[in-house]
Amino acid sequence: MRYLELQNVSKSFGKVAAVSNVSLHVDQGEVLGFLGDNGAGKSTTIRLIAGVHTPDAGEILVKGKRVSPWNVAAARRCGIETVFQDRALAEQQTIPTNLFMGREPTRFWGFLDVKGQRRETELLMRQIGFTSQAFSMHSPVLTLSGGERQGIAIARAMHFKAELLILDEPTAALSLTECEKVFSLVRAIRQQGRSCIFISHNIYHAYDICDRFVILDRGTVSYELRKDETTAQHLIERMQHVARQSSRHAGADELGGARSGA
Amino acid sequence: MNGQSSLKIGASAFMGRNRMALSALLFFAVMMLVFIIARPGLFLRPDIYLAIAVSLPALVVLAVPLVFIVVAGEIDLSFPAVTGVTGWVFAVALSHELPGPLALLAAVAAGVACGLLNAFLVTRMRLSSLVSTLGMGFLLRGLINIAREGHGIDLVDHVDDPFAKILCGPIQRLGGIPAQLLWATAFAALGWALFNRHRFGARIKCIGDNPDSSREMGINVSRTKAWAFIYMGVACAIAGAWGDLQNWTFYPTSGEGYLLYVIAAVFVGGTPTWGGTGTIVGAVIGACIIGTIETGVIACGLTGFYTQFFYGLIIVLSLTAHRFNKGKSRY
Repeated sequence: MRYLELQNVSKSFGKVAAVSNVSLHVDQGEVLGFLGDNGAGKSTTIRLIAGVHTPDAGEILVKGKRVSPWNVAAARRCGIETVFQDRALAEQQTIPTNLFMGREPTRFWGFLDVKGQRRETELLMRQIGFTSQAFSMHSPVLTLSGGERQGIAIARAMHFKAELLILDEPTAALSLTECEKVFSLVRAIRQQGRSCIFISHNIYHAYDICDRFVILDRGTVSYELRKDETTAQHLIERMQHVARQSSRHAGADELGGARSGA
Repeated sequence: MNGQSSLKIGASAFMGRNRMALSALLFFAVMMLVFIIARPGLFLRPDIYLAIAVSLPALVVLAVPLVFIVVAGEIDLSFPAVTGVTGWVFAVALSHELPGPLALLAAVAAGVACGLLNAFLVTRMRLSSLVSTLGMGFLLRGLINIAREGHGIDLVDHVDDPFAKILCGPIQRLGGIPAQLLWATAFAALGWALFNRHRFGARIKCIGDNPDSSREMGINVSRTKAWAFIYMGVACAIAGAWGDLQNWTFYPTSGEGYLLYVIAAVFVGGTPTWGGTGTIVGAVIGACIIGTIETGVIACGLTGFYTQFFYGLIIVLSLTAHRFNKGKSRY
């Protein structure tokens, strides 16, 4: 069953078309690898799915139904959680503040359930293996390592029981052990029948855990492959082919611009 | 042993969370000690504190919401003029024989409208809050000047108004302390709760820390900032009403003197300029420091010519103390 479907989705920023006519889907219990070079439109597509941006054209369907208006709150209501590439953390704030940012548990009239927050944070910290004595719950996030910060971003998505978890470059700047933790999480999500979109520049990481791959190039889908149709080496060759085509187009555009300028 | 170590951890966590406020408190204590040593006969008697308690509440009430605005990564320079406008509305309402509570409500409505206008310029028109609120400050003060042509509004007929006494009169049962001190304490306590225990404060900190992350996490950045400007407008209405009732006159210059003192109170209290973090308790202590300097300097036998010098000296010294306390970036 299709959990999420994008139909001819486009998004421009000024005159720049970041994403044009993108159609893709994610099935329930599936891990979709989202690949592409820098500037291919991966992050914009992710932000569209997460509701940070609204599409200029096209439809986003969740379980076959159109959700309107499409924004962060709507995406979250549909069970879509995102771990952004920049991790979306407020670094001067404590771990609980970051975990519950925008969805703070409250008791009455918007007053925070501080004890509940601490209890949940302790539980989550144990679940993701945060047992360091070097920091406490009151430590600002800026005192944590890159891996620990990524852990908080992932724990936040896990806490809210995502039906579709989007991981944007989750293994960047992580140690081997930390990468393995992320892979275990993705495997667990698949086993539970939930879905995941996994974005990575590391093709071997993506090939290892994804069921299907979508390669984006200059804002459009250029290839869609199942795991049984390809190998990691084949994927790398496809990516290189896309990159060569991209640079050829960019060269032609520049030349055309120079000629028209002349 | 376990109890002792958990107490130690608790105390250390408390110190860590409140180090800026504690630093401001230490600075205030040292300053008061200097005043007491210089004039023990004056500073060990309650009279001088009663005099300070009359002017201090307005500083506290204005400093508390300004912390929210600064922590959100913005600034409001229009609050002295908004205090003037709300004081004007309050005086007009009282002089037209409107009951006190309704007059205050009208002033609050005017403050909310000014806050909304500031929020519109900052969040919708995407103007810099520094420049747009500076402009709004001139505009609103100009409006008062055009309408009043330098004339005040006499409110002496309302001296016996019971509502005025509740809002601003001396409380005999509590040694004659001005009622506004109690209101300011309640206002600051509410501000502390909003800042530290409410969704609003949590979101204000996240927005000032990282507005992009806040948006990605579904926080409505514009709306939250708008609430901070509205909160400032409400505080201006209270300060405006107090200004009228303390003098029994509305002056067109009402609120003008607050600008630098309130901003100084926020920063002396330990709220840094870069947003994302701040302290309400620190701002209240900052207001106490700023509100005591002039009285202290003059009581120590120096002339009024020295007060600005000491304001500057104390502000620079306290920010330097915060710098060493926090050890992070510029203030």
